[in-house]
Amino acid sequence: MASIIIDRIQKSFGPVRALEEIHLEVHDGEFLALLGPSGCGKTTLLRIIAGLERQSGGRVLIGGRDVSALPPRKRGLAMVFQNYAVFPHLTVADNIAFGLRMAGADKARMRRQVERAAALLHIEPLLARYPAQLSGGQRQRVAVARALAVEPAVLLMDEPLSNLDALLRLEMRAELKAVLAAAGTTTIYVTHDQTEAMGLADRIAVMHGGVIEQIGDAPEIYHRPRTRFVGGFVGSPPMNFLTLPVREGEVALGGLTLRTPTTAPEVVLGLRAEDLRPAAPQEGFPFELRVAEPLGSHLLLTGSTAGQLLRVVVPHADGALPAPGQVLHLRPDPARLNWMDAASGVALETRA
Amino acid sequence: MTPWKHGLLWSAVAVLCAWTLVPIYLLALGAFGGRAIVSEWPKPFLPVGLSLDTLGAFLAIDGVWQATWVSVQAAGICMVLALLLGMPAGYALARFRFAGAGSYRLLILMTRAFPVAILALPLTVSFIRLGLYDTPFGVALLHAVLAVPFATLVCASLFQGIPAELEEAAWVFGCSRLTGFLRVVLPLALPGIAAASIFAFVLSWNEVFAASVLTVRHRTLTAYLLSVLSESPLHVQFAGGLILIVPSVIFIFLVRRRLFAMWGIGNR
Repeated sequence: MASIIIDRIQKSFGPVRALEEIHLEVHDGEFLALLGPSGCGKTTLLRIIAGLERQSGGRVLIGGRDVSALPPRKRGLAMVFQNYAVFPHLTVADNIAFGLRMAGADKARMRRQVERAAALLHIEPLLARYPAQLSGGQRQRVAVARALAVEPAVLLMDEPLSNLDALLRLEMRAELKAVLAAAGTTTIYVTHDQTEAMGLADRIAVMHGGVIEQIGDAPEIYHRPRTRFVGGFVGSPPMNFLTLPVREGEVALGGLTLRTPTTAPEVVLGLRAEDLRPAAPQEGFPFELRVAEPLGSHLLLTGSTAGQLLRVVVPHADGALPAPGQVLHLRPDPARLNWMDAASGVALETRA
Repeated sequence: MTPWKHGLLWSAVAVLCAWTLVPIYLLALGAFGGRAIVSEWPKPFLPVGLSLDTLGAFLAIDGVWQATWVSVQAAGICMVLALLLGMPAGYALARFRFAGAGSYRLLILMTRAFPVAILALPLTVSFIRLGLYDTPFGVALLHAVLAVPFATLVCASLFQGIPAELEEAAWVFGCSRLTGFLRVVLPLALPGIAAASIFAFVLSWNEVFAASVLTVRHRTLTAYLLSVLSESPLHVQFAGGLILIVPSVIFIFLVRRRLFAMWGIGNR
């Protein structure tokens, strides 16, 4: 177990800046997710931590030790790859034992560790098989078992579930969380799937364009996005953004008057779909419904307010769906308003 | 498949088989049948009065065994050289992006267009000076020139077919680049490498021109037969020919599946 410090790491591929001065600290035993769309630099950052890619500048410290110049094998870490990278010419048992064998572990320890890792991932019956005889989900288990068998100080995972089908992914996700919590290994987990990040991680670092836009726990990222990008990337449906004119520190939204912490002529109001409630006309703002989609217990309403797109999730009791074209009135939860600078998209401090 | 198409397919197969098998059959007939059959026309379709006499006579010729030994040495050294140079070069082509990789690849291919004669004659002079003339090693060096480009390109495509992620996994789990190569890349590429090395062996075994030019007393089997048998009776020449093709046929038969894979024809 060890902490990880990413100190001003930069990476350029020729003229292209893939990572801009990244600073990140992962605590001992913490599970951190690097979340972002493809091309945001999250995999590059992970590969730099692993030593598979050389940084253009900055340092990586694992357990207080500067490993920036060390090859992967000397960094005391293990990795789970996107395509599993299970060795096809070795049996499952030999695959799991690979790291220990390279480290020169004795036979008894090797057998003990392989059995323990295999038991943890429920693949004991497969130990004698070759990877070609396994399904994708089973190969993924082998890859995780191989990583855990070496009892690494740091575990890196690069979109490990993205090649599994949806149902299997859900199952593996729950299992992974339990297994990793039991192991207590410091983990960095790269994903583009926000539900995976929210479900698994202690903290999430949202990356975009080679920069970490926000680091925080799931509720913080979800309810208090630091930038417009984070709000729009995390959550399904994504956060609503209304660009509104400001007059003397106040914004008029239908019948509502809201105080805003800016003096700029315009401000962006970020609203989560479920933070809006139906209200009486004089207590809310008008919302013109275009489509109503039942989601089981809830109803997803898509429509517009002041000519801008708005999605709302409201509890759905039995009964008729509201008709398209109907005008509803909504009231935002005053504690859940996110004010953002209209130009930069950065959140403004809310001191109501 | 309609019967008509079926017939067409099988006749094509028959023609192809005849194309390669009839000469071999005639060669064998001449080798086993002795003097009479070689000059007989029309040939008896069924072999009659076969004997091993001619083969025996051939193998009893002075120097055949010595020449075979030279051939084996030369082909063996050629094979080792082709692998020692071809594997690293192929690895570099497969794994590193460097300036001129594309033209390097093309250049390797171009060396095959270089006539052996132009290579062999000036080398004779240098080899005499270096003391390599008339040695198996000298012949092997020249054969390696022919085999290395082939080995390089085959190894490059073999290594390219092995996902880089597997190698990276090996590095993460404790391997250096060398041990990662030995423990992960090599075992996975081994069948293809074995096929490539046998191919290099056969290439050297069969090559006759350069071998004839570069040797006088320690001839390879092909060069020896060419010089000795041109004065021998026809049926002994047949026996020599048959013995020459046997190793090649056996080797190619052993690695046939791998050759298909090597040449990109899917065969699982």
